[in-house]
Amino acid sequence: MARKTSRPGRTLGVFFLVLAIAYGLVALGGSWKPELGLDLQGGTRIMMIAKGHPSSDAMKEARNIIDQRVNGSGVTAAKVTTQGGNQIVVEIPGKSRDDLVNEVSQTAQLRFRLVACQSTCATSSTSGSSSGVAGTGTAGGTGATGGTGATGGSTGAPRAALGFDHKATTKAAEKAKAKKKQQKAAAAATPTATASAAPSAAASPSASATPSTSGTPDQKNDVSVDDAVAFMNNPPADQVTKFDAYTCPTSGAPTVEDNPSQPLITCDASGVKYLLSPAIIEGTQVSDASSGIPQGSVSYVVTLDFHSAGRKAFADATGAIAGTSQLFAIVLDGQVISAATAESRISGSAQISGSFTQDSASALANNLKFGALPVSFDKENGISHTTVGPSLAGNQLSAGLWAGGIGLLLVMIYCLIYYRGLGVVVIGSLIIAGASTYAMVLLLSKSAGFTLDLPGIAGLIVAVGITADSFIVYFERIRDEMRDGKSMRVAVDAGWLRARSTCLAADGVSILAALILYIFGAGDVRGFAFALGLSTIIDLVVFFFFTHPMIKWLSHFKFFNRGHRLSGLDAEALGVDRITVGGRA
Amino acid sequence: MSKFTRLGNQLYTGKRSIDFVGRKWTWYAISAVVIVAAIVGLSVRGLNMSLEFTGGTQYTVTVSGSASQSLADKVRNAVGDSGVEAAADPTVTTSGAHNLIIQIKSVSTSENNTVLKTITSTTGAKADDISQDHVGASWGKEVATKAIQGLIVFLIAVTIFIAVYTRQWKMSVAALVALAHDVIITVGVYALVGFEVSPATVTGFLTILGFSLYDTVVVFDKIKENTKNLRATKRSFAAACNLAVNQTLVRSINTSIVALIPVAAILWVSAVQLGTSTLKDLALALFVGMAAGAYSSIFIATPLFVQLKAREQEVVDSERRAAQRAKQVDPYAHVPSFAEGMEVEDNGELPVEADQPDPQPFRGRTAPQTRGPVRDSGAAGRPQPSRQTRSKRAK
Repeated sequence: MARKTSRPGRTLGVFFLVLAIAYGLVALGGSWKPELGLDLQGGTRIMMIAKGHPSSDAMKEARNIIDQRVNGSGVTAAKVTTQGGNQIVVEIPGKSRDDLVNEVSQTAQLRFRLVACQSTCATSSTSGSSSGVAGTGTAGGTGATGGTGATGGSTGAPRAALGFDHKATTKAAEKAKAKKKQQKAAAAATPTATASAAPSAAASPSASATPSTSGTPDQKNDVSVDDAVAFMNNPPADQVTKFDAYTCPTSGAPTVEDNPSQPLITCDASGVKYLLSPAIIEGTQVSDASSGIPQGSVSYVVTLDFHSAGRKAFADATGAIAGTSQLFAIVLDGQVISAATAESRISGSAQISGSFTQDSASALANNLKFGALPVSFDKENGISHTTVGPSLAGNQLSAGLWAGGIGLLLVMIYCLIYYRGLGVVVIGSLIIAGASTYAMVLLLSKSAGFTLDLPGIAGLIVAVGITADSFIVYFERIRDEMRDGKSMRVAVDAGWLRARSTCLAADGVSILAALILYIFGAGDVRGFAFALGLSTIIDLVVFFFFTHPMIKWLSHFKFFNRGHRLSGLDAEALGVDRITVGGRA
Repeated sequence: MSKFTRLGNQLYTGKRSIDFVGRKWTWYAISAVVIVAAIVGLSVRGLNMSLEFTGGTQYTVTVSGSASQSLADKVRNAVGDSGVEAAADPTVTTSGAHNLIIQIKSVSTSENNTVLKTITSTTGAKADDISQDHVGASWGKEVATKAIQGLIVFLIAVTIFIAVYTRQWKMSVAALVALAHDVIITVGVYALVGFEVSPATVTGFLTILGFSLYDTVVVFDKIKENTKNLRATKRSFAAACNLAVNQTLVRSINTSIVALIPVAAILWVSAVQLGTSTLKDLALALFVGMAAGAYSSIFIATPLFVQLKAREQEVVDSERRAAQRAKQVDPYAHVPSFAEGMEVEDNGELPVEADQPDPQPFRGRTAPQTRGPVRDSGAAGRPQPSRQTRSKRAK
């Protein structure tokens, strides 16, 4: 403490250095005006029309989820409303936020399914395995996988193609693709499909998967893990037929109908096709999602946590496939993101790995965390966006700023009259606090999408009062100590110790308020909480690293420590007979 | 200004003191009247919720020319002045190059016609160019529920924080009562004035929560300091608390002035110059709330805290000691001491003024208290060595 306060010049220097660095960063960012909020500068208006006739509850829920998505970072201050029963309108401040359009309308339906077949499908039972090879042979000419299917057959489970098959099957798929560009519908009619259908149909009586698919519609979403495992081990013949006939599209995500209670045939990003069991876990079971690079790894993963029911289903599923080389797949919007084996029963959280970049990993985590939308939108013509103007009259911003400016000026005059010399410190501190706040607002506009709306501006102006209170407490303390007969230099230290604890306690309340409102709040409340927390922290920083060292430094001047009439610390102001002067002063 | 400073000095030393704690019933009565008025206002007039809470009607107007900002401003003023109460504070934005979006609260059919007429006459658009839609509340129940959830958690956290910091849970109770006092008054004034409650207003209310507690914590901090060593200060608990409020009074006044000046400026500019605006909603909430917050930390929180503590043994003891001390008369008070020019009669007898009260200022000698703990002044910033009697010194 003593060491720190004895070098006020150094503290001041470091403080100004940090401030200069902050402004350097701002200069690098290149914009000297903060992002203004929707009410002040307008923004992008996205209108989404839901498919079908969703219930008003579903619309409300969708509204909340979208609100969470766009305001997930807490500072964007986007406005989300429902309109006319089947529309959701999102208004996002800033002109060029087209990138958000996708994120907002992203349906993000996540499901966990078990993989019955990957790339090729060998029917399960030993009796049917040879005919299964024949079937796949006609489909893609993959003799090698037929072999794997045969070995798998001995254990009674169709093995997913191992890693080394991938190239062969992909090539085969491409060959098939070249032959026929149409997918499902056209493929169903091809002779190869019927050829493979016959033998597997013979095997199907032993398969127990059919009841599972027919039993699902009365359940709400996912089927039981047992049914899915049964499906995985013995996929019904008609699904195998469809699967064999299916080819993956050359580019982009497969367009498939992702019905949770039905098996799914789809592909992953690299064009490997899958036959998947009905969903065992829904995206709504995900309680939390985060992205990051795990220790000892080099690529980004998305980590998922489940609610209790989802956790149990996940543990059961991984338990069922543990030790075998069977796979479960994580399917997002009908596309397989990753398919993985399980070493053992996993009762904790799941990890999705893939070729993520930092952005795509965090975007996915965000999408998953904020859940699947209960309504879906027509991507083609259900979503439109236009640019909207500011909702506040143009004169409000200028009026607000003028008012704030006048108010500040009055505050400064008052401080000068009342505290005289010390008033200069108040004004200096306020200016420095203003400069720091402005720098932070600019930096946060750039990095976190912080937008300044009218309540925000008013909040910052109001914060002036709260900031000034720190100084007032401090100055009154110094005066109190001097009234007790201490010299200024002693009084500054003694007053500081007491004022510091008072300010820490009082600002602690503010920071607590900001923190809790930020965590629990939504929409405007979050943005406000953010601004409140920011200005409180800046208040503390300025108080500790500018105001105090400044007073410390000024206490070396005779003007102050001898109690000049204009210093604000004269005998008359303090109500004492004479100013006590310290030893060396 | 120097008079004010002098007042500060006198308040600090206790030469002048305003009896905040003793006259608590007066302050309670004042607050009670205001709170009753607030509650009456709230129940009679209710709160005027904005369309962010209630939802409303949206008009999309396709204008023939380009939809400019000045046209939007013009429409905003025209619709605001149309005399329809629900349309008093419309939200008007441009949308794309040729559209205007006007949002007002839900209206009846006849009011709807008035608004439509206003829009057509201002923009020159035909009736076919206007489409009408219902908009839902952007501040739905969920958002409000979440805000309330956050509020409850915040209050619990702050209660614990104050209790831990001051080590006196009764301070938390007093601070929360003061907080409730401020919020009720602010909400009541809102209902009485009839300003609209918008999300900006809610933001203002939240600021008040923070400010009210902040202010109370500062005063309580001083109380904590003054009552730390009651025996040494020779004051009763109530007197020590009262002194603390008096000592922080100058600070309270200054802070309130500094905090309220900018808010008052915003309120004045927005209410007088702009008419209807979000700015006004926010500024009024802040102004009333901050003023109430400053008042309650002095007049409500502190007396209440003293009242809550009144039964505690330590406090009772301090009262008793203080009463004892007040009775104790300086035994030397009326022993005359010699002063230059003193009237002494030749025969050595003192002049006797039996019945007359002494008009002269007190001239007796002030005897020091016979005992009392000696405190470290702390001026040196470290404990001073003390010399004990030989028998008590460490061997």
